[in-house]
Order: sequence, then structure tokens, then C-alpha cells
Amino acid sequence: MTVLFGQLFTGISIGAVLLLIALGLALTFGQMNVINMAHGEFIMAGAYTTYVLQQSITGAGLSLLVALPVAFVVAGTMGVLLEILLIRRLYARPLDTLLVTWGVSLMLQQLARDIFGSPNVQTRAPDLLTGNVAVPGGLTVANNRLFILALALAAVAALTLALRFTPLGRRIRAVVQNRDLAAVSGIPTTRVDRTTFFLGSGLAGLAGVALTLLGPIGPTMGTNLIIDAFLVVVVGGIGQLKGSVIVAFALGVLQATGEYLTTLSVAKVIVFVAIVAFLQWRPQGLFTLRTRSLA
Amino acid sequence: MTLVAAAAMTACGSKTSDEGGAAGVTADVSGNTVKVGLLNSLSGTMAISEVTVRDSIMLAVEEINAAGGVLGKKIQPVGEDGASDWPTFAEKAEKLISEDRVAAVFGCWTSASRKAVKPVFEKNKALLFYPVQYEGLEQSPYIFYTGATTNQQIVPGLDYLKAQGTKSVYLVGSDYVFPRTANKIIKAYAAANGMTVVGEDYAPLGSTEFGTIVNKVKSSGAKAVFNTLNGDSNVAFFKEYKSAGLTAAAMPVVSVSIAEEEVKSIGTQYLEGQLTAWNYYQTTPGAANGKFVAAYKAKYGADKPTSDPMEAAYVSVYLWKAMVEKAGAFDVEKVRGASDGITFDAPEGLVTVDGKTQHIAKTARIGKVGADGLITEVWNSGKPIAPDPYLKTYPWASGLS
Repeated sequence: MTVLFGQLFTGISIGAVLLLIALGLALTFGQMNVINMAHGEFIMAGAYTTYVLQQSITGAGLSLLVALPVAFVVAGTMGVLLEILLIRRLYARPLDTLLVTWGVSLMLQQLARDIFGSPNVQTRAPDLLTGNVAVPGGLTVANNRLFILALALAAVAALTLALRFTPLGRRIRAVVQNRDLAAVSGIPTTRVDRTTFFLGSGLAGLAGVALTLLGPIGPTMGTNLIIDAFLVVVVGGIGQLKGSVIVAFALGVLQATGEYLTTLSVAKVIVFVAIVAFLQWRPQGLFTLRTRSLA
Repeated sequence: MTLVAAAAMTACGSKTSDEGGAAGVTADVSGNTVKVGLLNSLSGTMAISEVTVRDSIMLAVEEINAAGGVLGKKIQPVGEDGASDWPTFAEKAEKLISEDRVAAVFGCWTSASRKAVKPVFEKNKALLFYPVQYEGLEQSPYIFYTGATTNQQIVPGLDYLKAQGTKSVYLVGSDYVFPRTANKIIKAYAAANGMTVVGEDYAPLGSTEFGTIVNKVKSSGAKAVFNTLNGDSNVAFFKEYKSAGLTAAAMPVVSVSIAEEEVKSIGTQYLEGQLTAWNYYQTTPGAANGKFVAAYKAKYGADKPTSDPMEAAYVSVYLWKAMVEKAGAFDVEKVRGASDGITFDAPEGLVTVDGKTQHIAKTARIGKVGADGLITEVWNSGKPIAPDPYLKTYPWASGLS
């Protein structure tokens, strides 16, 4: 029983990591039809930001708290630059954005290698986050995993509130539902796109900070994560936040269960087979956007 | 002036040996220098480890040159970058042998890179000195293995656990040749020594999600973990291990590929108290090690630790020198013929070359990671253990090779 709950929590925490990396992608891929392969490198940028901050701020807890907003802005700014320099020229050509951003992702990896060296680096976790909480029944829950879960849920909540109740959120939703109609209604779609890109990329930066608590920071860390993030977004249904949330946790739990019963490699196969089967049944993903747009 | 003359002679030398290619490529020793090849990854994922090996080979070369060289010739190192890429290793090995005409090559780290260059050295009848512990079950007439084979590292590690009364172990490793072979050996050992292997898990190289594996380890009730994970996965594994509340006191992890350099990068806080199995630590006592550590730090910086593969690489240059001097020639076959019984007062203690297997007798040492990131010995085999790459002297291992 303890094992069961332990695994359930592991699954949820894998889901939380998936959600955090997929959230930004859901925003940019889903809402703007841009396949941003460089999203993984924005995660890496967030992780390296944490590392750089820790060189000057010695308190591990404080530097982590500072890293969250700074990484958001750093990754967000990189996203906006990418949008201005390249992506806005390719809005009507989603497949080309894939190639272009893939090239950018390779360049960013090399840049990271040149700046930080090819060996991976580490950050110190605050003492509070290296321990665990004992739950009655012999179960222990790792603090760093709890922190990531809280961060992911907070990001979802903030994003949902922003999309639903702020003027910016209303404009984003309008652009998503019908870009042309939004434009003729006087919504500055270019500026909305740019802000969306900033938010989406910034969320990748947050994910990067969270990942420093779990493993090494290296130039290729993004490529290992980007596939999983795409799966979450596609299976969840493009442009659907709630789809991403449900699918991230479902895949996390499926992965953890499969891994427990078999091995890590077999569990990955199980997850992929499940996804393929699901997409056969619902090619449009878990949720679909009802829109009057003709596109 | 002498330089020009030497260059001219070198050119001549390579020309003449071009014609006598049938018996393998001969080293060019016509000048007053002798070239040796240095083949390590200076870029890519393995650079973190292999650069330190290159540094310690360079230290040995400089020391030998300062003391007059080998057979009156100064060693001229020719460096190549294997770039953590196995085909590149093979290509660069070929280049060092046939273009640079080196007398010997020092380097390689992963078993994959060694397997890639092995046919190149065998075809050209050239010499490789390989300085890293490996999974055993291999022997080549053109490779000298100066790191540990399984009976000098993994078996003593298990002997240590057994002596501590550890009855059950959990095996965690990366999913490739070294851990899978090592774990086969461990399972055979366990079966013959009343130990139970309660679980076995592999993570893809570079994998960083260890939640489930650590859960499995925790609920298995094992008394110890035998860890053959390589590279970065160790970082994620030990972070997860600590946050799951597992401690070195309750369930120690014995690692066979984490040395001083890796301890530093994983983070001492996660490794303190955990065990490692090697033949050498920076803290190994003895005058020869004192001299080695002081010379290394003087050259590369006081904060640079020395580690087992670095020591094995450093020793290999001296062993080659001793073989050449005993043979009285740089000729590969003569050097091999002279190798048996060569000894050297190494930083790890006395080592002896076994001419038959071309491995060396080494002392096994179990160490514990301290709060300062250095590893101190908690047990050693007392005397050098003769190499047994195919584990022929162990009845339980009869079905393995």
C-alpha cells in the first residue's frame, strides 16, 4: 500500500515536471500555431540562470527564489527576440517554424557549450528541499518534488486566471479563436503574439529552475525534454490548457506505473504505444477548441 | 640548426618506414625524439573525465623528459581529440599510428571507444595503453590495460560488502555494455556467496528521472546498492536517493565509476559517507603518491583532485618507459616481449605487469566519501591482486565468458 502511494506520488511528480515544461509550449504551439523546437533551450536558459545566480548569491534558498523571476524574464526575453527576429516572418508556415527553431536550438546549445563548457554543472539545493516529509503510513514525500508540484500548480492557476480575467487574456483568447476577426476589431495581434511568446518562453525558464533541483544542468538538457512536452500538448488537444494538465499527470502516472511493473525503457515504450493508440482514437487530442475560424 | 636537421631526419624516417609496411607500421625514432600519441576526449560528454587523464599523461611525459627521456630520446607528445565519439577515436588512432608514427598511444576511457580502436591497433600492430577500469572479459596483444579489471575492483567491492555481513544488494546501472556485463558477474558472485540480488534496474545513459528506481530500491529492503551508473545519471540518482531519505548508514551505495573529480561535480552533500571501489585515491598514503599529488597540483592548480584513472594513465607512461628500456628498443614486439615482470613504484603502491594478459597487478581499495569531497580508504586488499580478466580463478564465474 505504501509502495502504491509512493508510486502514485512519483507519477504525479513526473506529471508536474511534464506540465511545467509543456505549459509554455501549450501557449505558443497551441495558441499561435508555432512549433517552437527551441523551447527546450529556454528551459536550459532557466537552469543556467539559476547556476549563474548561485555564483553570486551564496544562500541556496535565496538564490532559488531570485532565480524564479529572473529565469522567467531571461527565457521570456529570449522568446521575444526569437519571435521578432524569425518567427513572425513564418506565421503562415508552421512547418518552417519547426526547421528554423530547430536550427536556433542547435545554435543555443553550442552557445551554452561555449559559455559554460561542455561538462554539466550543478546547483546547490537549499537544505529544506533536500529532505522529505514523512506521511503517516511509512510513506515519505520528497520536498523538492512537492516544491515542483506546487510551482506547476501555481503556474497553471496564474495562467488560467490571466487568460480568463485580464484584458490581455481576453485579447489572447480572441486572437486564438479568430485572428482576422480580432485584428479587424482593433486588437493589436502582433503585440498580443509577442506577449504570448514572452509568457510561454518565460514558463520554460521557470521549468528550468525547477529542474535544477532534480538533475544536472547541461547544454543538451532541453532536447531530452522537448519531445515529452510536445506529446503532452498534442495529446491534450492543441490550445487547451486543461487538456495539457490532465494529460501531463496521466502520462506521469502511466510512466511511473509502467516503470514499477517493468523497467524504465519498457515503460517509455508503453507510454508511446498508449499515445499512438489514443491518437488513433482521437486525432484531435483530448479536448478541441470550438472556433468559428475557417482556418 | 639541430631542429632543422631533426625535422629533415624525421621526414626521411617516415619515408623509409612507408616502404616496410607489411609487418605493421614502425614508429619513427630516427631523430632525437620519440613521438607518442595522446588520444582522449577533449570535447563532448566525456571531456570532464578525459581531460584530467590527458593532464596526468602530460605530467608524466614532462617528468620523464626532464630526467633525460627514454633511451636518450625526448618524448614528443602528439595529442588528438576523440571528441566522445567512437568512430572519431578509431580515425584518430589510425592517424596517430600511420601519419605520426608514434611509438605508443595513451588514452581512451569508455569501453565503447576502446572497442572502436582495438581493431585499428591490432591491424597496425601498434600499442595502446588503456588507463580505465573496465568490465573485463577482453585481452588484446596490442593493448596494455593499466586500470583495474573486474577481479581487482568489482569482486573486492563485493568481498567488502560480504565481510560487512551484507546479505542483499540492489543493482542499479546505465543501460549499456559495462553495467550489464558487471551485473552478470555480480549475480554469479552473489549466487555463490550466499548473497541475494533483490532487484536490478537499468536507466538509459543520460537519464535523469530516478523516482521509481529509488522507490523500488527503498521498498526492496536491500542492505546495499551496487551502482554502475555512468556520467550525469549519477547526479539525478543521488539527489533522488537523498531526498527519499535513504542514507549511507542505512543503505550504502558502492559505486565503481565515481572518482574524486565526479564527487566534486555531483555535490559532496549527496555523496558523503557513500562507498567507492578503486585502486587509488588522492589520499592513498605513500611517498610516491605524495610526490605525484604535489607535482599535479603544482602544475594544474591546488584545487584539482587526482583520481584513479589519472593515476593509471600517469603510471602507464612510466611502465612503457621501463619496457622500452628493458627491451633496448622502441619496436612494438620487443617492447611487448620485455613487458612481463616490469614493476613500478606507483602512487597506488607497487604495480607489476603481467606479460601474459598485459594487465597489471593492482591493490584494491574501498573508500568512503568524506565531507571535503575526498575519498579515504576504509579497506584494502593488503597486496596487489594478480589480474584475471576472464575470472578463470573463480569457480563461480565459469559460465560467464
